[in-house]
Amino acid sequence: MFEEQRLSEIKKQRQRWEKTTVPSWVSRHSERKNEFSTVSGVPVKRLYTAEDVKDLDYVNHLGFPGEYPFTRGLHATMYRGRLWTMRQFSGFGTAEQTNKRFKYLLKEGETGLSIAFDYPTITGYDSDHPISRGEVGQCGVAVSSLEDMETLFDGIPLDKVTTSMTINGPAAMLLAMYVAIGDKQGVPREKLGGTTQNDMLKEFFAQKLAIFPPKPSVRLVTDIIEYCAKNLPQWNPVSISGYHIREAGSNAVQELAFTLADGIAYVESTLERGLRVDDFASRLSFFFASHNDFFEEIAKFRAARRLWARIMKERFKAKNPRSMWMRMHVQTSGCTLTAQQPVNNAIRVAFQALSAVLGGTQSLHTNSLDEALATPCEDAVRIALRTQQIIAHESGVVDTVDPLAGSYYLEHLTMEMEERAMSYIDKIDSLGGVIPAIERGFFQREIADASYKYQKEIERKERTIVGVNDYTVEEDWVPLELLRVHPKVEEEQVARLQKLRRTRDNRKVKALLGKLHDEADGDKNLVPTIIEAVKAYTTLGEITDVMRTVFGEYRELIIV
Amino acid sequence: MSKERKIRVVIAKPGLDSHDRGAKVVARALRDAGMEVIYTGLRQTPQQIVETALQEDVDVIGLSILSGAHLTLFPRIMGLLKKKGLSDVLVFAGGIIPEEDIPTLKKIGIREVFGPGTPTSTLVQFVRKNAPKRK
Amino acid sequence: MPPSTRVQRLVKGVLKGDKGSIARTISIVENNEPEAQKLMALLYPKTGKAYVVGVTGPPGAGKSTLIEKLVKELRNRGKTVGVVAVDPTSPFTGGAFLGDRVRMQDLSVDPGVYIRSMATRNYPGGLAKATKDALRVLDASGKDVVIVETVGAGQSEVEVVKVVHTVIVVLAPGLGDDIQAIKAGQMEIGDVFVVNKADRENANKAVSDIEAMLELATEKKGWKPPVLKTSAFTGEGIAQLLEFIDQHRAYLRTGVFDERRKERVENELIEALREKITESILSDFRRRGEWKRLTLKVLARRTDPYTAADELLSKPLKPRTRRKT
Repeated sequence: MFEEQRLSEIKKQRQRWEKTTVPSWVSRHSERKNEFSTVSGVPVKRLYTAEDVKDLDYVNHLGFPGEYPFTRGLHATMYRGRLWTMRQFSGFGTAEQTNKRFKYLLKEGETGLSIAFDYPTITGYDSDHPISRGEVGQCGVAVSSLEDMETLFDGIPLDKVTTSMTINGPAAMLLAMYVAIGDKQGVPREKLGGTTQNDMLKEFFAQKLAIFPPKPSVRLVTDIIEYCAKNLPQWNPVSISGYHIREAGSNAVQELAFTLADGIAYVESTLERGLRVDDFASRLSFFFASHNDFFEEIAKFRAARRLWARIMKERFKAKNPRSMWMRMHVQTSGCTLTAQQPVNNAIRVAFQALSAVLGGTQSLHTNSLDEALATPCEDAVRIALRTQQIIAHESGVVDTVDPLAGSYYLEHLTMEMEERAMSYIDKIDSLGGVIPAIERGFFQREIADASYKYQKEIERKERTIVGVNDYTVEEDWVPLELLRVHPKVEEEQVARLQKLRRTRDNRKVKALLGKLHDEADGDKNLVPTIIEAVKAYTTLGEITDVMRTVFGEYRELIIV
Repeated sequence: MSKERKIRVVIAKPGLDSHDRGAKVVARALRDAGMEVIYTGLRQTPQQIVETALQEDVDVIGLSILSGAHLTLFPRIMGLLKKKGLSDVLVFAGGIIPEEDIPTLKKIGIREVFGPGTPTSTLVQFVRKNAPKRK
Repeated sequence: MPPSTRVQRLVKGVLKGDKGSIARTISIVENNEPEAQKLMALLYPKTGKAYVVGVTGPPGAGKSTLIEKLVKELRNRGKTVGVVAVDPTSPFTGGAFLGDRVRMQDLSVDPGVYIRSMATRNYPGGLAKATKDALRVLDASGKDVVIVETVGAGQSEVEVVKVVHTVIVVLAPGLGDDIQAIKAGQMEIGDVFVVNKADRENANKAVSDIEAMLELATEKKGWKPPVLKTSAFTGEGIAQLLEFIDQHRAYLRTGVFDERRKERVENELIEALREKITESILSDFRRRGEWKRLTLKVLARRTDPYTAADELLSKPLKPRTRRKT
């Protein structure tokens, strides 16, 4: 990128600086640590110069926004044209309560919906199942049937919003419910926009919500990808996630690498179905965390775009540029939030959100300051949303594309992230791919070790967490009333379900469940029948149970 | 050959909560502190947890929960422990448990509730100090 | 509560199958508490009815998952089962992660199943004793089948498998090691060889590799160890495995087992005697001034340990009062 002569002059001067200016300063003010590194352990030097990016080829490595390899951004004008979607993950209690929260957030300026379901729903159990006792509506909204979903979207036109659903095992069921509502509202299916997370592979080693074993899980994921490619062109069938991998304890490099490896696995499984890469790849989307190390995270997002574009072009021979797009949603990292001095979390979230924007995300969720203590209350989630709005409207960073490009440090770090992630991807390939690696406990071991290491660093005070291992206070201050989900929620939900079971056409339900059973046993795409079933008010648990019978239940390989 | 009694601990995840990062870090820290640790895995019913504690003759039970279901699950666990004659087992909890619930939990026999950010060294010390001395 | 009453109460509980009593008793014998010997003395006569199966093999072979399937099948056939799962103690920290139970957690609430996890605790030969005693406690408690799961084929594992009726060696293809790398010890102690994770690619090859190795290895007279594929995941092979175990049991009944047991009982008696002699004599010697003097002499390299021992033994022992146990 720079001519040889200029580089050697810079090198000469840098070496002089290191021999004279630096030591004379350091002798009086020693550096805070002997060695500096990013949160993920990538070494950080005192200073970066043009030397550190001498191999960086602007045209081929950075390019232009909207063009391969998309390092600088997916779209030519990025936020000058359109801001990222402000999409706050929400849900608690009953569908009615969450419907209110949705409307509140839309009024306050969020531009996309994102549903948080409760544990029974995401694990495939109805609210009235014995295993659901005490869990209904606690960390998300309870949805056991289309009836709940209808209440959830009451007064919300599906042709005016897009909705992201954090749902994996039962993804097909929730997608089916959304389609059913769209049908009822008269919205053409081609217009329905949104995302189902539907990323089963990471469930096996990170989020741990797998219901069925790997093979049938991937079958279901692919069913959804295939169905959407043919019927729901605006829908993102998967949100290939690194967020949960990071939250489970991995570092940024692992987060990046394992997510891309999962993406590779899904492309392969869909190709095996007989689709061509350009038929479906443009709708694959991604989901990352935004953690504390400001520059490392920005580098990660940029490296992710470049890596995925290369993989799609070179490995999978995609022709359509849209197939090479890594469209991403980012959520600020939950595990960095502290229960101590929770107001500090708002500051953390602000920086994490800023790095996501500087990293060029398409969509962003900012955590609320009370989330280390409870499901967010209204005031807290409003502040989180305001954080995004302040960045968007007051900071100016959105007025030019990829403003940090060219920074010696950032470009060097972006290259580092890419290289390190590729080395992991090669390793996973050598193990035979993601599923064999899962069976060997590869990811689990990496994550458990990284997680333990991070914790030990905190306890040895090698890593400061403000308010937790330093700058602590005796009396803490929580300025908000924390949200509590009332036990009545469960009672009401159970009563509603039992009424539903009595009043619906049970013969129809039984017939459809039988049909589903046969199809699950074969290899037909299950989504159409699931849509029929949810329209007849078959419950989520009933559908999942049929699948459990056919696919079996997953048993976790535990590595500590 | 050390004659010092090994402290046996069960680390359990009751209910549907799938966040196991903390539980695993705690299990590992206790193991590194010389204890014998059984991690139950996810999705444990109160019966499973108590049966494990009984058959393994543990000294300590650590319950990890972040899903908000503690007010339903913990009383069931403590009730079963009492029924099986295991009231002398040290029980502690961690995760996302609102401070206002802690007095209730202590009343039913949870000795201590440790919030996010608790150093594992604190836990190790707590267990060493409070594990029952076997008769 | 006076010790002897407590011992009786525990014995009564164990014989009734009370889980709390079994749990406490195993702890007592594992920790070698004062009542341990008395407890085992009362329980030993009640042993001998359970069929004991040892399951060994390298880590990652899927032993625990296989055992879970075995236990479920045995339960279907109306048998009660005890399981002892052994995991290594870290030589650095002294702690252990007892991770086998987690793969059988469904069984925790089955009243006809008892599962106990034990750490090796790095006792020289001690693992064998504590584990053997735990097996006996489960035997005495009335379990039809007792399964012990150990890792690898170290010296102490070899000790344990001497107390079992049938040894199952579990292997899995593609674990990274070649099947050829099975430790020699495992080839000799195995009565049935299982290639688990049968759905994997090289499962069939693994089976034929083992069969070939068995041809070459010393033949166990009268019993040719069968090799089979299982998938703990699908349940394939479990019924066949039980069939082989039954066949082995029939073979042992022809007198082989009684012979082995006789040999083993003699060894146990020697071991018990050795332990007691060492215990009592050692404490006597240690109390003497000779001990300290000779230790210093060895330290200074003016004598060696064996010569020093001879010197200690050359002096007459003080008469010892019989210690009541």
